[in-house]
Amino acid sequence: MSDAMTWVALFGLAGISVLTRSFFMIGEKPLPIPDWLRELLKVAPLAALVAVVAPEIFMTQGQLITTWQDARWPAAVAATAYYFWRKGILGTILVGMAVMLPLKLGLGW
Amino acid sequence: MQLIDKLRALAADPDFRHGARDMASPSLGLAAWGLVTGVTMVKSGLSIPLAMGMSLLVFAGSAQLTALPLIASGAPLWVLLATAFCVNLRFVIFSAQWRSYWAHLPRWRRLLSGYVAADLNFVYFVKRYPDPVPVPGQQRYFWGGVAVNWPTWQACSFAGILLADRIPPHWGIGFAGVLALLGLSYSLLTEKLLWWVAVTAGAVSIATYALPLKLNILCAIFAAGAVGWWLDTRKARA
Repeated sequence: MSDAMTWVALFGLAGISVLTRSFFMIGEKPLPIPDWLRELLKVAPLAALVAVVAPEIFMTQGQLITTWQDARWPAAVAATAYYFWRKGILGTILVGMAVMLPLKLGLGW
Repeated sequence: MQLIDKLRALAADPDFRHGARDMASPSLGLAAWGLVTGVTMVKSGLSIPLAMGMSLLVFAGSAQLTALPLIASGAPLWVLLATAFCVNLRFVIFSAQWRSYWAHLPRWRRLLSGYVAADLNFVYFVKRYPDPVPVPGQQRYFWGGVAVNWPTWQACSFAGILLADRIPPHWGIGFAGVLALLGLSYSLLTEKLLWWVAVTAGAVSIATYALPLKLNILCAIFAAGAVGWWLDTRKARA
């Protein structure tokens, strides 16, 4: 893709960001929102988060991990333990990374 | 002068500060993710101005990462846009909820708010205001979150663009973003029933991971919605 064409593509992608994120807010009149969608909305934030997180912890290149020598699951376990102990997200990140980095860089997991 | 006074008043506003504080807690994870996205843009062949332009204009990490290989391979524009639309479908679902808070705002404000509303903004907002009705202070809470989220993302994305050749990919710093989302997911598990919803979403997302265009995320949301609805009706009948 030429530079000029890529800029066109980037503006197009920005348009997609606006379109998708305000989809049901574009019109002045509310679009009818079906009941099933209303039900879906209640769990959508949680489900979307877990759907992003789960493969990042349990999969490598599209396959479930088959070895226990993977730095991510001990990191996730430690982060989980910290979260339910103290409830802070910053600490959850720090504890998880403090477990992952030595295993990954030190032991090569 | 007037503008400065207005900004000063906003910075002192309790709702605005609350929004900013909430968004600050996962910001380390967000920063790591922005950094990785910045690195990836340059590594996939974008020039530095294009990578910066992409970060500023598109402002959607997952759509950006999906679009990069397509741009590199010279895919047709409509394929690129349709792909980004599919990757962003979860935002279409979120926007139905945003509408119940923001329907009274003028259209340009609705579109602007939608444009800057990333996943974290949505999650924190509905956590703070579970009832889908407009309440005073909501807009200030929202913009407080944006005031942290947007600059953090952009600054770290720019850092990634400029440091692309110095950050070894095998460090796996992007995992900090995953940990942030993990903690955030736990904070949403406010009732027992939701554990089953979360387990369903995780299992379905992994099982359908091979689908193109990140459609596994959409499958997971639908499956989790079905399980939530089923458990809800069972509870209501019991």
